[in-house]
Amino acid sequence: MTDAGMTGATDYRGWTRPPFIKRPWLRWALYGGGLLYLVLAVASVEVNWVRVWEGLERGQRFIEGFLVPDFTSRWEDILQGMEESLTMSVTATVVGVLISIPIGIGAARNIAPLPIYAVCRAIVALSRSFQEIIVAILFVAMFGFGPFAGFLTLSFATIGFLAKLLAEDIEDIDEAQAEAVRATGAGWWQIVNYAIQPQVMPRLIGLSLYRLDINFRESAVIGIVGAGGIGATLNTAMDRYEYDSAAAILILIILIVMAAEYLSGYVRKWVQ
Amino acid sequence: MMTMTDLAHRTWRRRSTRKELALWLGWLLLVALFVFCWQVMTESTIWAFVTDAPRQAADIGSRMFPPRWEYIPALLEPLWDTLNIATLGTLLALFMAVPVAFMAARNTTPSTRFVRPVALLIIVASRSINSLIWALLLVAVIGPGVMAGIVAIALRSIGFVAKLLYEAIEEIDEAQVEAVAATGASKAQVMDYAVVPQILPAFAGITVFRWDINIRESTVLGLVGAGGLGLRLQESLNVLAWPQVTVIFILILITVLVSEWVSAKVRHAII
Repeated sequence: MTDAGMTGATDYRGWTRPPFIKRPWLRWALYGGGLLYLVLAVASVEVNWVRVWEGLERGQRFIEGFLVPDFTSRWEDILQGMEESLTMSVTATVVGVLISIPIGIGAARNIAPLPIYAVCRAIVALSRSFQEIIVAILFVAMFGFGPFAGFLTLSFATIGFLAKLLAEDIEDIDEAQAEAVRATGAGWWQIVNYAIQPQVMPRLIGLSLYRLDINFRESAVIGIVGAGGIGATLNTAMDRYEYDSAAAILILIILIVMAAEYLSGYVRKWVQ
Repeated sequence: MMTMTDLAHRTWRRRSTRKELALWLGWLLLVALFVFCWQVMTESTIWAFVTDAPRQAADIGSRMFPPRWEYIPALLEPLWDTLNIATLGTLLALFMAVPVAFMAARNTTPSTRFVRPVALLIIVASRSINSLIWALLLVAVIGPGVMAGIVAIALRSIGFVAKLLYEAIEEIDEAQVEAVAATGASKAQVMDYAVVPQILPAFAGITVFRWDINIRESTVLGLVGAGGLGLRLQESLNVLAWPQVTVIFILILITVLVSEWVSAKVRHAII
C-alpha cells in the first residue's frame, strides 16, 4: 500500500546539484554581466581577415622552420646571445638573492621592528608591481644597450620575488626552535643564524634555483627592448623573416628551460 | 682514553670537518662561477655609460615630470583593448587547456604511454615561451592588432592552466569516484559527478590567478605590435614623450593593482 501523502508530483523527488554561486540574484547578475561583456568585447576586436589569410603562408613557413630548424647559419649570433642570457641570469640571480636576503629578513614581521618592516615591504611591493620589460626599458635608457641593463633588470625583479617568499617563509617558521635558542641567551644575530637560517635554508635554495629558471626565461624577453641576451637575437631573426633561425632559437630556449627545470627539481629533492 | 680535560675542550659544531670542507668547496665553486659569468657578461659593457647612469636617471626623471594628464582620454580605448586581450585570451586558453589537463593527469589520461607525453610536451612548450615572444611570432603571422595579442596570451596560458589543473586532477579523492561508479554511472557521468565537482574550485582559482597575470602581461604586449596600452607606450617612447610615458606607467600600475585586488577577492570567495 502506498502512503497517501506520496502521490502525484511529490512521488518523484529528484536531486539536483547545488549551484556554484548560491545567491540567485548574484548568480544571474554575474551570468548576464559576463555575457554582455563578452558580446561587447568580441564586437570590439577588429580582425583583418585578408591579412590573416595572407599571413597563413608565413605561419606555414614558420611551422616548416620548426620542423627543419636552422642552427648553423646564425650559429655565432645564437651562441653569443645564449652566452649573454646565461651569464646574465646567473649573475642577476646571485646578486638578487644576496640583496633579497636582508630585505626578506626585514620584511618578516616576527623578527623585524615595525619601521624596518614597512620599508622592506614597500621595496618588495615596488619591485613586484613593475613588469620586467618596463624596468628594462628604463634601465636601457639609463645604462645603454646590452646585457648590463638586463642584469640590473633581472636583479631588481629577483628582489621582489625572493624577498616576499623568504619573508613569508620566516613568518611561518617553528617558533619553538627560536624560543629554545633565545632561552640560551642568544642575541638577535645568533637567533637568525641558529634558529631561523637552518629552517629556511632548504627552501631558499629551492626558490633561488626556481628564480634562476625564471630569470633565464625573462632574459629571452627583455632583449626585445635592447637589454641584451637571446631575445635580441630572436627579435633580429624575426625582423629579417629568418623563421628557421628563429625556430632554432625557440627550440634551444625550450630545451634549456626543460633542463633547468629537471635539474632544479633534482637539486631541491637532494637539499630537502 | 679520553681524559676529562679533553672532553671539556670539545665544543659543539654543527657539521663534521668533511662536511664543512664540502660546503666551503661548494661556495667556492659558486663564487668562481659568478666571477666567471660576470667577466663574460661585462666584456662588452661600456663603463662610461654606467658611471653616467645617475645623471641620465636624473635627466629622464626630470623629463617624466609633470605627467601629461591630458593624454588619459587617448588611453581609454587601448585600456579596453588590454582588458579584452587578457580576458578573451584567458577564456580561449581554458578551452584548450582543459582537454590537455585531462590528457596529462595520470588518473584520467586515455593512455599513459602515448597521450600523456604529448600533453606534457604541449604544457612545457607553452610554458617556456613568454607571451611577448608568442606575440612577436603571431604579429608576423596574423598581422598586428588585438587578435595577435589574444592568441599570444592564450598560447602562453595553456601550459600554466593545464599544469596546475592536471596536478589538481591527480590529487582528487578517489573514494568519491568509486562511490559514483558504484551506482552504475557511465564514464561520462563519473567525470561529471565525481571528478569535475572536486576540481571546480581549483579550476576557478587557477583561472582568476592566470587572468591576473595576463592583465600584467597584456599591458606590454603592444611593444611588439599586439595592441593595447603597450602600443601607446611604444609610440611615446619612440618620440621620447616622457610625460606621456609617465601617465602610461601610472595607468598600468593602477590596472595591475586593481586586477590583483579583484583576483584576491574572488579567490578568497571561492576557497
